[in-house]
Amino acid sequence: MSTPDTTLGGARPSLELGRALRSRIDGPVRQVLTAVAALILVLIAYFLLRLYLEARPVFANYGALNFVTDNAWVPSKDSFGAWPLIAGTLITSVIALIIGVPVAVASALYITELAPARIRGVLTTLIELLAAVPSVVYGLWGVFFLIPKIRPAEQWFSDTFAFLPFIGGGTVAGPNYFIAGLILAIMIIPIISSISREVLDTVPREHKEAALALGATRWEMIRMAVLPYSRAGISGAAMLGLGRALGETIAVTLVIGNAPRIGESIFSQGYTLAAVIANEFGEAASDPVHRAALIAAGLVLFMLTLIVNFIARWFVTRSEKRLSAAAAASHAPVQTAGAKA
Amino acid sequence: MTSPAAPLRSLPTISAARRRKDKAARSIVAVLTGLALVPLALVLFYLFQQGLGAWSVDFFTTDPTGRSCFPGQTSCDIGGVRSAIVGTVEIIALASAFAIPLGIAVAVYLVEYGKKTKFANTVRYFVDVMTGVPSIVFGLFVYIVLVVAGIGGSWGAWKGSVALALLMLPIVVRSSEVVLNLVPDQLRESALALGSPRWKVITSVVLPTARSGLITGSLLAVARAAGETAPLLFTAFGAAELTFGLSGQMNSLPLQIFNDVRAPQDAIVQRAWGAALLLVLMILALNLIARLAQRRSKIS
Repeated sequence: MSTPDTTLGGARPSLELGRALRSRIDGPVRQVLTAVAALILVLIAYFLLRLYLEARPVFANYGALNFVTDNAWVPSKDSFGAWPLIAGTLITSVIALIIGVPVAVASALYITELAPARIRGVLTTLIELLAAVPSVVYGLWGVFFLIPKIRPAEQWFSDTFAFLPFIGGGTVAGPNYFIAGLILAIMIIPIISSISREVLDTVPREHKEAALALGATRWEMIRMAVLPYSRAGISGAAMLGLGRALGETIAVTLVIGNAPRIGESIFSQGYTLAAVIANEFGEAASDPVHRAALIAAGLVLFMLTLIVNFIARWFVTRSEKRLSAAAAASHAPVQTAGAKA
Repeated sequence: MTSPAAPLRSLPTISAARRRKDKAARSIVAVLTGLALVPLALVLFYLFQQGLGAWSVDFFTTDPTGRSCFPGQTSCDIGGVRSAIVGTVEIIALASAFAIPLGIAVAVYLVEYGKKTKFANTVRYFVDVMTGVPSIVFGLFVYIVLVVAGIGGSWGAWKGSVALALLMLPIVVRSSEVVLNLVPDQLRESALALGSPRWKVITSVVLPTARSGLITGSLLAVARAAGETAPLLFTAFGAAELTFGLSGQMNSLPLQIFNDVRAPQDAIVQRAWGAALLLVLMILALNLIARLAQRRSKIS
């Protein structure tokens, strides 16, 4: 692009000019960019601080421990016990994991190991499309399709397996924990599937070929070579999915029933932390105590997702470290084999 | 029947039991994969079936200010979603204007200057933390900092944009970082060897090379933000009338759907389906453009 200097002597001054420019503009550019990056740290610190300060009246009145363990959430009586909300958040998220993880991991396995090459791309795109549907649209679909359509099946299931704890509990409510969990499962499948796919793609080809060469069937290869290698990464993917499920708001608000108590079975109405914030904020705007309680609920939710994400990262980095160690160990023999061939 | 290479078939080592187990396991995996696509098919089917019925000229040209529609009434004007469409476009545009330049700047810092330093790794870690923050918590934060504090009035569309920008920021940073890392070091080194200063290398070599990748990542972040309702609930708050000013309350498609779902009248629910179809098509279009940009990428 730039015309090169033809003489050696001509190259020198332009180099010095570059140096001068570098010292004059490079410094500020670097400083500005560093400041922008530091802004993120400041933002998060400020974020936590403000949430804590705003929630403090509630913690001061009830005690932080009482707030999370007390069972009665009755804003009209100024009683703010968040346990039913926390329990609802955990119940729906666990249901989502139980349904979503097997499906997501199976889809990742199918796409990376079993599917014919020409449908891989299509399948990947279709699974990613699940993530393109907004939360509020899943809620709309849940309310007008899922709830009425699967209610008889839920009732049958609840009656047939009534002897199991948390399953049989009389009549099935329209909106309930299970429906919320099911919708959350649909919403977390794409994220778990895509991270699992990335993890599965890192399984060394040699391991798989070795298993096949020893006479393993495809499934035996998956079980013996692929899954053990990627277990930590898949656990991390599931935890990231859990983090997503905990904080999901709008779809859950529409299908959980919004009853601030702990239901007796998974087919009862409930409430979650995120849903209570979304629902009650309008009325709470004029009541400082209620508002503080909702912000405290947000803080608890934030902490929960923080812990889950922390564990998830730990899993993922552990698997990454092991991967790089394995890659370093297996690299030498592979190269010599290649050299011989 | 097992598919691994032909020579294996001649070896009688795989017993019938193992073969059956292999087949069963593979079928289960395939069936579960199919199961993942069932909700997608159902959601899209219902969206089109219900949503297209709601579409009309009025749907796009009137605002949802009309009176409610009572059962048995043959014609009722609940209004369309014009103000919601305008609101969504404006709020998302402003959020992108905040998040995309900032996000790319942070990514440039991480790749070109920070590299593996402790500070850069801390920033990376906290960007990941931000990815995990629930969107409603961003809404709460903006509510506390901007709405309660009364900066520029109470509810305001630009505050909703700030909340969405916080949500987009980590997505833009992470995707841009990946793309910038793909720019070959030889390109940087040759530019530096020609005597260009670092900032010039960034602006005329690194960023142009990574351009289509940066566009893809940014568009995916925009698509993600476009469907979010929770951060807008108590920031932009919503208004039925058509408004253009970003300093006042403003309607948006997700908010309109959220409010309409809970309405008792069929006609209003119908409008929610129509708005949902429109929103999903907008998001799919953004995804499609993002993918096309990726295909034109010089680096993969």
